[in-house]
Amino acid sequence: MEKLVNVYFYGKRYEVPADLTIMTAMEYAGYTLTRGCGCRHGFCGACATIYRIKGKNELKTCLACQTQVQEGMYVASIPFFPTDKRTYNIEDLRPNQQVMMELYPEIYSCIGCNACTKACTQNLNVMQYIAYAQRGELEQCAEESFDCVGCGCCSVRCPAEISHPMVGLLARRLTGKYIAPEAKHLTERVEEIHAGQYDDLIEQIMQKPIAEMQELYNHRDIEK
Amino acid sequence: MFTPEMLESIRKVEATRPARMGMEPRRMTAEEKDALLRAYHPDYRTDGFAEIQIGPNKGQKAPTELRNLLHSNSRLLGQDIDLQKIDYDVDVLVIGGGGAGAAAAIEAHEAGSNVMMVTKLRIGDANTMMAEGGIQAADKPGDSPVQHYLDAFGGGHFAARPELLKRLVMEAPDAIQWLNRLGVMFDKDTEGNMITTHGGGTSRKRMHACKDYSGAEIMRTLRDEVLNRKIPVVEFTSAVELIKDDRGQVAGAVLLNMETGDYLVARAKTVILATGGAGRLHYQGFPTSNHYGATADGLILGYRAGVPLLYQDTIQYHPTGVAYPAQIYGALVTEKVRSLGAMLVNVDGEAFMHPLETRDVAAASIIRECTGRHKGVTTPLGSGVWLDTPMMEEIGGPGTIEARIPAMLRMYLNYDIDMRKEPILVYPTLHYQNGGLEINGDGFTKTIDNLLVAGEAVGGIHGRNRLMGNSLLDIIVFGRNAGKAAAAKAKAVDLGTMNLDHIEAYARELDEAGITEPGVSPLLLPRYARHER
Ligand SMILES: Cc1cc2nc3c(=O)[nH]c(=O)nc-3n(C[C@H](O)[C@H](O)[C@H](O)COP(=O)(O)OP(=O)(O)OC[C@H]3O[C@@H](n4cnc5c(N)ncnc54)[C@H](O)[C@@H]3O)c2cc1C
Ligand code: SF4
Ligand code: SF4
Ligand code: FES
Repeated sequence: MEKLVNVYFYGKRYEVPADLTIMTAMEYAGYTLTRGCGCRHGFCGACATIYRIKGKNELKTCLACQTQVQEGMYVASIPFFPTDKRTYNIEDLRPNQQVMMELYPEIYSCIGCNACTKACTQNLNVMQYIAYAQRGELEQCAEESFDCVGCGCCSVRCPAEISHPMVGLLARRLTGKYIAPEAKHLTERVEEIHAGQYDDLIEQIMQKPIAEMQELYNHRDIEK
Repeated sequence: MFTPEMLESIRKVEATRPARMGMEPRRMTAEEKDALLRAYHPDYRTDGFAEIQIGPNKGQKAPTELRNLLHSNSRLLGQDIDLQKIDYDVDVLVIGGGGAGAAAAIEAHEAGSNVMMVTKLRIGDANTMMAEGGIQAADKPGDSPVQHYLDAFGGGHFAARPELLKRLVMEAPDAIQWLNRLGVMFDKDTEGNMITTHGGGTSRKRMHACKDYSGAEIMRTLRDEVLNRKIPVVEFTSAVELIKDDRGQVAGAVLLNMETGDYLVARAKTVILATGGAGRLHYQGFPTSNHYGATADGLILGYRAGVPLLYQDTIQYHPTGVAYPAQIYGALVTEKVRSLGAMLVNVDGEAFMHPLETRDVAAASIIRECTGRHKGVTTPLGSGVWLDTPMMEEIGGPGTIEARIPAMLRMYLNYDIDMRKEPILVYPTLHYQNGGLEINGDGFTKTIDNLLVAGEAVGGIHGRNRLMGNSLLDIIVFGRNAGKAAAAKAKAVDLGTMNLDHIEAYARELDEAGITEPGVSPLLLPRYARHER
């Protein structure tokens, strides 16, 4: 007999196999998910969930698809959280401190409580990346926030009402576009192609009979 | 976390590691690969396939689960949908909120079109978000689009449509530049050079990555751009049928609000199907790496409207899906793990293949190791082989795993497995739909000239197998192209009277073919809810 545990979905008790995740346990209990389920593998942040273990005080946040059920778990999913994304034209922005001040001024109201970091389902140092954003250290903010899946669990807990994932996203776009040095080999290759440098070669290879392509393919040299 | 048998096997893996470090396993010859695929690749299992009995691909085979959905009727059959009541009226309708759909919407918007997106879950709840490994483009000295063509053509068993593959490789550097200019943070060295690696089947190091969140980084950037442009995105809304007009054109789609069950009508001058893959159909009972909404809906909609499929019988099983622990069964272990030096090793600690064979060969080889040779490691859900991840730290230096594949490390640490110190267990997982709807070089279907398809729903770009990194590439190249082409085409389209006659014609065809108990499709969501009665 497989081991069963008691979990409470929205306060109602279900007995489910102990090796399931919160997500698969809900399905085992009979739920057909539409909200709160996207990639099912920890990448999309759709399954933000809040839980408390019976008898314990601590309130935890997690991704339902990445978290195993436990005995006495009280679970509520967060089907949607109104994070506040500001709109902008990335072409008009410049990678400086000013940008953050204008688009996300509320980051300067951070009281340093660290609730965001504690809530992060990806174990990121969220408070730190907000601090980087405040100081206009966009590259550091981008690096520190890179693994963010945008679940919003941090924002749910923040007394300063900051939309952390949106701040990280802006920092990353600015870093990718303006701060990271240009890939010259890429620019050159794009120019070469636009200048038609490969046109004849590609036409030639497209015309080759299959037997010749097989020959070429099976004996192509492979870069070490 | 590991069982005693697993721990015993790990000791063997550790014992052979020093000797394996210095050696490179032999690559298989073309003949060996061929024999291996025939004997062990799931595409060659005749019991996993069934014949399509109606429509443009009549007489051909498809995976049984897909075939059954093709042998199904529209959920609108017999429903009285008032097509005069139009809820959305646009130039370009993009169906699917993944990378292909978002790229298409951005370009259509850039071209000045009135464009909207509809998507089943949220924008970005898509296979694109999950891509870890990277994206190919021949942008380094020593590489060229022609070399890229050769790799992809050979890797796809010489079956790719040349005009599609040409576009893929020739527009690849452009695609990377476009993404970079939108702010995608590619891995670069201090001078700005792209850090590129091999993927299975590449002859040059042309895999660009954003750590192991490549798809996520691309998807969230595209999504942000879509939102910044204020392109309307209708979420939790699926397209359930294409609408046609009396001139044989497509004229929009009937949509289903996934939460309320209400139907809506969207009229459009051009429609782009960007609905992605089919992993959640669980062909042959395989687990899948795909997102929740990957149920081949676009293929069903297109086919019912008369668009032929191409290579619908070829599926990509990713060789390295998680075999253990059960909670993440089927999740993907990125190919980059092998690119960075981890070997595939059997229960006795023997490296049984070169780690960088193409995916189909690698998957068949793992299945052979576990079934034919009985050298797999037993797990609660079946068996698997080791992927010797600690080798990555030895080759690339300590910290390599954390820096290059943080998502993988985190996924395993959740279950107390430290892949830096212990190898991990893998088995093939259902990963990618090689085939799909057939398009011409400009992205339009060959039967309906204002209907376009982009992304994983297309068949023919890669042939009968796809190389890692060429799919993220194709969704950008063909997504962008579809957006531009749809915007241009919309200017010339004059819609006639809208109708759903094709669904009744389809029902008749099913009936005439003697298919007496057709189901209902598209599936929209897999049926995972367990009901006791
Ligand atoms: C785990 C994983 C890792 C991968 N890694 C790589 C990699 O490293 N490199 C690479 O090149 N490729 C990789 N791939 C493949 C690649 O990510 C996908 O093939 C590609 O992103 C597909 O993009 P798409 O836009 O066509 O489909 P998707 O991104 O899946 O988007 C399709 C969208 O359409 C929606 N939809 C579906 N049906 C309907 C409907 N009826 N109505 C409305 N909306 C609908 C879906 O919900 C989804 O949002 C990976 C795939 C997976 C699953
Ligand atoms: S930073 Fe916030 S939104 Fe991002 S993963 Fe952590 S908790 Fe989720
Ligand atoms: S939760 Fe909000 S206020 Fe507290 S540290 Fe984080 S950002 Fe600052
Ligand atoms: S469903 Fe995507 S993170 Fe859980």
